[in-house]
Amino acid sequence: MTDLTFNDRQAMRRARLSLISTAIRYILLCVVGFVMLYPLIWLVGASFKTNSEIFAGAGFLPENPTADGYIKGWQTSTPYTFGRFFWNSFLIILPKVIGTAISCTLAAYAFARFDFPLKKILFGSVIAILLLPNVVTRIPQYILFRDLGWLDSFLPLWVPSALAGDAFFVFMLVQFLRSLPTDMEEAARVDGANSLQTLIYIVVPMLAPALISVCLFQFMWTMNDFLGPLIYLSSVDKYPVSLALKLSIDTTEAFEWNRILAMSVLTIAPALIVFFAAQRYFIEGISSGGIKG
Amino acid sequence: MAKVQLKNLEKVYGNAFKAVHGINLEIDDGEFMVFVGPSGCAKSTTLRMVAGLEEISGGEVVIGDRRVNELPPGKRSIAMVFQNYALYPHMKVRGNLAFGLKIAGKPKAEIDAAIERVARILEIEPLLDRLPKQLSGGQAQRVALGRALIKKPGVFLFDEPLSNLDAKLRASMRVRITDLHRQLKAEGLSSTVIYVTHDQTEAMTMGDRICVMQAGHIMQVATPKELYERPANLFVAGFIGSPEMNLIDAKLDGSSFSVGSQSLPIGPHLEGRLSARPAEAVVGTRPQHLSLVADGPAFTAKLANAEFMGHEVYLHADLEGRRVVSVVGAADFETLGRSETIRLRPDLERLHIFDKTDGRNVSL
Ligand SMILES: Nc1ncnc2c1ncn2[C@@H]1O[C@H](COP(=O)(O)OP(=O)(O)O)[C@@H](O)[C@H]1O
Ligand SMILES: [Mg+2]
Repeated sequence: MTDLTFNDRQAMRRARLSLISTAIRYILLCVVGFVMLYPLIWLVGASFKTNSEIFAGAGFLPENPTADGYIKGWQTSTPYTFGRFFWNSFLIILPKVIGTAISCTLAAYAFARFDFPLKKILFGSVIAILLLPNVVTRIPQYILFRDLGWLDSFLPLWVPSALAGDAFFVFMLVQFLRSLPTDMEEAARVDGANSLQTLIYIVVPMLAPALISVCLFQFMWTMNDFLGPLIYLSSVDKYPVSLALKLSIDTTEAFEWNRILAMSVLTIAPALIVFFAAQRYFIEGISSGGIKG
Repeated sequence: MAKVQLKNLEKVYGNAFKAVHGINLEIDDGEFMVFVGPSGCAKSTTLRMVAGLEEISGGEVVIGDRRVNELPPGKRSIAMVFQNYALYPHMKVRGNLAFGLKIAGKPKAEIDAAIERVARILEIEPLLDRLPKQLSGGQAQRVALGRALIKKPGVFLFDEPLSNLDAKLRASMRVRITDLHRQLKAEGLSSTVIYVTHDQTEAMTMGDRICVMQAGHIMQVATPKELYERPANLFVAGFIGSPEMNLIDAKLDGSSFSVGSQSLPIGPHLEGRLSARPAEAVVGTRPQHLSLVADGPAFTAKLANAEFMGHEVYLHADLEGRRVVSVVGAADFETLGRSETIRLRPDLERLHIFDKTDGRNVSL
């Protein structure tokens, strides 16, 4: 060991220092990350606890793990199981997400690539809607849907979105499209494609990252939407999970907290799974919004 | 037959800017026509109106014997190569080549055979299964060329296809494109080309004929040789040729012309060519035609700078306060150019005289 040169010792010293600094950085990140995630971890842990243990301490590891909360929670206090509510959520989300993707793409393509009469005014109104607080339109919308006879059905929950009613998504896609060069679309037109073929074969693949973000946002917002279903749905058999969760608090006099927590875990699970599965595209989509070009 | 005719073609952009001012041009079947001019002179705009990518504000475009003003690009029997290649980023090279034929509903066997043929011609067989982002600039441009070639169009449109390549690659692609054009012609395929560039070297080396444009007007349409030897106006004279033609303000008086205080006889040859005697004249002489002489009639100028280029030398001299350039042989330079004042004699048979007021060449 004594024949180590000065340079070797210097190099070792530097390597050791950088190792220490890396270690400190990672420890810090882990601690902060843990603090941020703790409520979620606690939620998962507590859903396996008994009711009496939940309020006994802030620890998250259950002493006597039990799936009781899940089993009883799944049964619910209604004639339906929680599966029914998941199915309802699914029936709202599926047409809404697909409809949003198609309609917003069409609308954004039109705004970004074509000239038509009143385009400026129409796009201006899209922006205006973007700035309009949601609550302002609740009452007129409610009356409209009542007159259409759509109350207590899923239609009011997804039809507006499936008709490009979400100005934010249209705006986001327009911005993304504007940042894409038009050369490829022109090449496609020279190659004989019409506008719709150009959209499907050329624009949509290039738009994919943004489109995936749109679908994910729509999925999560709909999954979490509480007010919409609350206003328009009145029969329990049509409730989506967001309402069903509330239901279990309403109807039991002594709250069965472990059931509520267990069902909460199930409720956030789909969003988490979808997010992690699509994380890569998602981040690509929002971050490349207006920047590229 | 894919003859292209532009009749009184006009373009007014949405902001009321008039980019093209009534252009008339006839391009023969099989001809290699180059549009050249400085940036912003509406070369692309004109080309894009032929392609159908830009709406035509006035006049008409005729391809073959059809007026195509109202036809979409896909129905005009054209193919286009863009400056930025414009390959479809999510498709492999094979998909890029096949796209147009697929849209046209061609059977798969035919498409495959066509891809095979084009890939062989352009030597892109090993690249067929790559994505555009895995290609170098030169390879991407060859694929773009293939995408045009595969459609067997009547007219090829190129918009500065070589501008994004480095100088060496540009030179070799230039040859490849002209070879390809000759080959298509030999096979009897219709192969009219409209090629847009801002680079006069590209124009001179590639074009059968060249259309020189400025600010939405055609300045002259002619073969490269004709443009070089008989420029119709000051703009063409200054734009074509390298180094640029010397354009010097001069006065015509009687049988001589003068620059500042020096004058030279016009001579019978030039005299015979003159169609007018403008009061304000500009004489034009190419650096190659301005030679270094020991005696006889010549202008005296102060040597400012000499650039040694190998077998020739570019002399930058000061003639009565005006900068002139002369290209002389290295040997001449050794014997005559090593002094502060030099004698430069323009070749009077190749001298041009322009009317300064309207730029017209009055010595054709
Ligand atoms: N979309 C447009 N709107 C308004 N003016 C334009 C538009 N496109 C091009 N121009 C103008 O038209 C002129 C010709 O442009 P272009 O054809 O691209 O020139 P070139 O290809 O010769 O460089 C330029 O002055 C340019 O500023
Ligand atoms: Mg251009």
